[in-house]
Amino acid sequence: MTEWTHKDLLDVKDLSREEIELVLETAKSFKEVSAREVKKVPALRGKTVVMLFFESSTRTRASFELAAKRLSADTINISIGSSSLSKGETLLDTARTLEAMNIDAIVVRHPASGAPDVLARNLKAAVINAGDGCRAHPTQALLDMFTIHEKLGKIDGLNVGIVGDILHSRVARSNIWWLNKLGARVTVGGPSTLLQAGIEKLGVRVSYDIDEIIRTSDVLMLLRLQKERQENQFLPSVREYAKRFGVNRERLRQAKKDIVIMHPGPTNRGVELSAEVADGEHSVILDQVTNGVAVRMAVLYLLLGKGKAKVEE
Amino acid sequence: MTTHSKILDSDAIRRALTRVAHEILEKNKGVGDLCVVGIRTRGAVLAQRLKDGIRQIEGTEVPVGILDITLYRDDLTLVSAQPLVRETKIDFDITGKKLVLVDDVLFTGRTIRAALDALIDFGRPAEIQLAVLIDRGHRELPIRADYVGKNIPTSLDQNVKVILEEVDSRADEVIVEKRQ
Repeated sequence: MTEWTHKDLLDVKDLSREEIELVLETAKSFKEVSAREVKKVPALRGKTVVMLFFESSTRTRASFELAAKRLSADTINISIGSSSLSKGETLLDTARTLEAMNIDAIVVRHPASGAPDVLARNLKAAVINAGDGCRAHPTQALLDMFTIHEKLGKIDGLNVGIVGDILHSRVARSNIWWLNKLGARVTVGGPSTLLQAGIEKLGVRVSYDIDEIIRTSDVLMLLRLQKERQENQFLPSVREYAKRFGVNRERLRQAKKDIVIMHPGPTNRGVELSAEVADGEHSVILDQVTNGVAVRMAVLYLLLGKGKAKVEE
Repeated sequence: MTTHSKILDSDAIRRALTRVAHEILEKNKGVGDLCVVGIRTRGAVLAQRLKDGIRQIEGTEVPVGILDITLYRDDLTLVSAQPLVRETKIDFDITGKKLVLVDDVLFTGRTIRAALDALIDFGRPAEIQLAVLIDRGHRELPIRADYVGKNIPTSLDQNVKVILEEVDSRADEVIVEKRQ
């Protein structure tokens, strides 16, 4: 029996192994809901979920919104340009104003690490971190776990390569943590300017040789080169990055025959990976998107249960 | 302290299900357009057994599905614990079918109400019939069963427990417990 006792989901690190399994198990059922003709169940009827996005996002926001709607919750969207935030209201005041309208959950994306925690401490509503700065992106972590589990049946013992802009990636930070926790061996790769010093302390192996990573990986996670966070000239040029670290069909020939290629999106085609790899048989990029809705439905369902949620086996 | 009394043993359950299978075939005049959907967990087991029973009588397989009604419960906002959601597996089109919905115990009728809502989201069956192993009375909604394994008059302070080998790993039986 696993008890779900969290009010908020701020970081995947806050979850125990059993709680992670509970989310994934619940998501499995919700995946079936999204495959139905009528893609809606009444579980969260009467609940209100607010998407509060301070950074641009297509998939995460659409995914959360669909997840909430498929559970019959009402949703509203607030983005920075069109809100009082541009008039100088603080984050907390905005959130408190929304809470005064009796909302039940806030899904927040913010460029500052820790912003969702501030909301969580001060609000009665459930707070879900949809990405904060370079820190965490827990639902991405959960959907990646779900996808690997679905494709390979396990996580324990897998070799997982994470390649790209590790320095700026909250996805990498979240994923390294849970991959280690669930028994996978992680190798990170990329230009040394995009790997933080001392990253080995997180329990990962470092390799600067993309071909070696491709040869040894069961799962290869490619990260987006975050052009918006490259203000300090981390790279000589995008083209050089593509040449040294981009995954193309030629390079993929040396991989294990059932290698799984993941990317949190949005992809820069021709940079992190070539178009034929992105659309190829090993790519699960679109499965990740599909599973994202199911995982977010599971998270909303568990968080918006009244009081402490408890699950009997 | 609780008192137990055994109402049905495994032979009695087997005979009751065989009779229900016959009744289903009789009422529907065979297996044309027939399908069986069980409500998790024990209704799903009973649905499988009814399907096997129908095959033994008619020699024909009818489609069988599993329905999880958790998300359709009317007490989701009242229960203190968010119940585990399990998968619904209905991999055939129910539209136009004569659908037999199966559950172990019929009590308040609220589970069946939720199941009907869920089924309508999957399609539009020509007809929905209800088969239960035990009808213990105390309905809170205008719902009745078309096929009943056994009627057991109970009081509200009693519990009806259905034990099925596939789920409980011990011999089938139906027990009435009285809480004191």
